[in-house]
Amino acid sequence: MSTVTGPASTARRAGPSAPARLRRALHIVERNFQVYRRGWIYFVSGFLEPFFYLLSIGVGLSHLVGDVRVGGQVVSYTLFVAPGLLASSAMNGAIFDTTYNLFFKLKVAHTYDAVLATPLGTADVALGEIGWALARGMTYAVAFLGVMAALGLVGSPWAILCLPGAALVSLAFAATGMAATSYMTSWQDLDGVFLAMLPMFLFSGTFYPLTVYPGAIAELVRITPLYQGVALLRALDTGTVSWSLLWHVAYLAALGGVGAVVTARRLRRLLAP
Amino acid sequence: MVPSIFAGLPAAPERRRATPLWRRAFAYWCFQFARTWRSTLTASVVYPTLYLAALGVGLGSLVDRHLGATSGSAGLDGVTYLRYVAPGILAGSVMQIAVNESTYPVMAATKWVHTYDAMLATPLRVLDVLAGHVGFVLLRLVVTSATFCAIAAGFGALVSPEAVLAVPAAVLTGLAFAAPVMAFAVTQERDSGFSVIHRLFVVPLFLFSGSFFPISQLPGFLQAVAVVTPLYHGVALCRACTLGRLWTLASLGHAAYLVALATAGWAAARVTFRRRLAP
Repeated sequence: MSTVTGPASTARRAGPSAPARLRRALHIVERNFQVYRRGWIYFVSGFLEPFFYLLSIGVGLSHLVGDVRVGGQVVSYTLFVAPGLLASSAMNGAIFDTTYNLFFKLKVAHTYDAVLATPLGTADVALGEIGWALARGMTYAVAFLGVMAALGLVGSPWAILCLPGAALVSLAFAATGMAATSYMTSWQDLDGVFLAMLPMFLFSGTFYPLTVYPGAIAELVRITPLYQGVALLRALDTGTVSWSLLWHVAYLAALGGVGAVVTARRLRRLLAP
Repeated sequence: MVPSIFAGLPAAPERRRATPLWRRAFAYWCFQFARTWRSTLTASVVYPTLYLAALGVGLGSLVDRHLGATSGSAGLDGVTYLRYVAPGILAGSVMQIAVNESTYPVMAATKWVHTYDAMLATPLRVLDVLAGHVGFVLLRLVVTSATFCAIAAGFGALVSPEAVLAVPAAVLTGLAFAAPVMAFAVTQERDSGFSVIHRLFVVPLFLFSGSFFPISQLPGFLQAVAVVTPLYHGVALCRACTLGRLWTLASLGHAAYLVALATAGWAAARVTFRRRLAP
């Protein structure tokens, strides 16, 4: 896109070392941090939504639903839902910045054209944006887990592993969201993001166990990424841990890895001079 | 106001009432909508269907089983959870659409695209512009509520023939939000207030105003708060319609509250629109 070609573009081709790469990506994270210092209200209020949901369910729905069975253990409905909401909020935190905001920076504000006029390259942009989304998702996850602990909704010491678990969920959705956004051409395409997220939020076992569904639908739900995240965090929170959880970990890590690679490639195509 | 080459000419005087010219502003919004309505299908058809399926049918099966086992009664309030929750989702989603339609579009017409200024460069005066926009929001609420009720009927969530009246009840609920929010939106210089409205008012109201569970389960002081929120009255009125329990004094009270709020909002909007837009 840039009309200025010069030493910057050749320097970019000489692959930097891993620490240098990380340092460059951190510039993107820092840039986003500076921007949100003026819009902190967006950042803070993003945390409130899952918190309101948790409160509403604890006060109201839990009395209507009673107890639920998880992996051979009977738990209160609030304890059942809390890790599901934790996974959903990790997803939401990661998705906001990597879809709408990314599209805005890519197509409207031309933020990355400005970034590429510096020594930073497209891979640094991809890594930095995913890193920022991860940081945002993790901030929400830490706060939410804190609230869960305060309300007595942590069922086992394994729950501490919910933090890396939530990070994995954030990573998977941030990378996939960015990869998908890089293919979009208009704001209307972004409706597709919500069209994918809302059904996942409602049907991926966040609010009720899969036993409610007939067999085929349950299998279909099992392959959605949010279900994988919810199942992982719920098992950790309630302490029903087994080796089979590693499948969820592998699924989410693979999704994040593939998404990151696709994103880096697409950004190179869209942005590189 | 944008300074114009006609700045030296005397503007037509402001009038005390809207004139039939408001229909031109209304026609403008309808024309816009005729071109973009397809993208609103997601919000007005897909989302209600998903919510009814997930909460009414999915979660409802757990609720009905639990309440059937513990209290022996059939579901909540004498009806299945699907039938209980459907009017709650109706009022809740109408509120969200009303708030959306009266925040960003108002700001866009005021300062991003200057649609209002363009209208005011014609014989239309401020109250015509306001009436035209409110009229359009009203139309949008009617379409949304009717669509939702048709979908809910498909789920078997409507019990009585009085459910037809849930459409005007939901529209009234929407107006009780739209009018005051428009009055507020036109005073704003930046859109950051809108996301605060969404996250600090719309979401909590949606979750705590009796849509999903009776407010009697809330702690005492929160019950008192819930009773004064407009969504509580909207949900109660819509539920009275869909369950065939409309003709009570309580329904009259709910309707009166919503009418009063919509009227107050309209009066406030008359003032704030004039203050912002009149030359």
